[in-house]
Amino acid sequence: MRLLNLIFPERRSSAVIARERLKIVLAHERASREAPDFLPVMQKELLDVIGRYVEIRSDMIRVNLGRSGDTSLLEINVELDGATVKQVKNGAVGDAKSATATRIDRGSAAPWVRPS
Amino acid sequence: MAGKVIVLTSGKGGVGKTTSAAAIAAGLALRGHRTVVIDFDVGLRNLDLIMGCERRVVFDFINVINGDAKLNQALIKDKRNDNLFIFPTSQTRDKDALKRDGVERVLEELKEGFDYIVCDSPAGIEHGAITALYFADSAIIVTNPEVSSVRDSDRIIGILASKSRRAEFNLEPVAVHLLLSRYSPERVRKGEMLAVEDVNEILSIPLLGVIPESESVLKASNTGTPVVFDEESPAGRAYHDAVARFLGEQRELRFLQPERRSFFRALFGRA
Repeated sequence: MRLLNLIFPERRSSAVIARERLKIVLAHERASREAPDFLPVMQKELLDVIGRYVEIRSDMIRVNLGRSGDTSLLEINVELDGATVKQVKNGAVGDAKSATATRIDRGSAAPWVRPS
Repeated sequence: MAGKVIVLTSGKGGVGKTTSAAAIAAGLALRGHRTVVIDFDVGLRNLDLIMGCERRVVFDFINVINGDAKLNQALIKDKRNDNLFIFPTSQTRDKDALKRDGVERVLEELKEGFDYIVCDSPAGIEHGAITALYFADSAIIVTNPEVSSVRDSDRIIGILASKSRRAEFNLEPVAVHLLLSRYSPERVRKGEMLAVEDVNEILSIPLLGVIPESESVLKASNTGTPVVFDEESPAGRAYHDAVARFLGEQRELRFLQPERRSFFRALFGRA
């Protein structure tokens, strides 16, 4: 039987699929359960600030409060792939219409994005 | 005497909370501890049936909370063991009859006379379930090796950590334990069921025991006898082990391997 399995490898067992699905859904649910109340507001404010410099949609930013051991970790992920940079002069916000927009290249993953 | 309050809870229904509450309470009583098991499932009374005392119910939990009956009028003494008492709930449809201050008063009174107060929680995360877990010192999370049960258990563990009395008053947290029930080693071997290691890793709380899926559980409920009274039953023995571990004993896990087929069946039986 084992030999047969080697020759014709089985599909992933349903128990393995169950385990992987549970791990993903629970990681997500635990994060949102433990999230402090200020997180959604902070996410909106961050979006406003970043939006002054880069054209960005609300689904391009993700804010998470995680924990690893004794360390609390505030994780802010901003996806800039294909976003349009607004021109900024002397710290003042440029006019979106007159700005010479620069496209951000679709390059490799941002350095802060750890492969999962 | 200052009894300890243990809640059996799960979030999901049908995983074996009442069966487990009856078995754990009877197991504690068999080891000489004065134990009372309370049905918190107002409106859907069933513990009395599982304990085999449904015809002896006169007064119930709600009567005592409302002051219509004294505690000793409502408690039913088990006929098999002198240390074991059953506290049935009411069949009223008014779920809010379970008032928190009334429950607290009754539990405090019970703590005077019992070593362990085992609370059988209703399913869900509504008023009854929250009231059942609120006063707990320990919690036994009854889980089946199945995705929805594991997810609901995780939710309940979160609620115990945030909404229990111990959490609200910043006391030592409720001691949570995992009781994995309806476990089928044969299906785990075939890759059709989550293994105990998987569930334990995902929920990451101490494992109290694994109860194998067993025909004796239905037999026990048919006759109104907690399954620990069945010496032959693997499930009954697994519950005894869980009780021993709860009391601090070290015991190896049993019944995690598929039953070995006899030589004769191995020769002639099908794979």
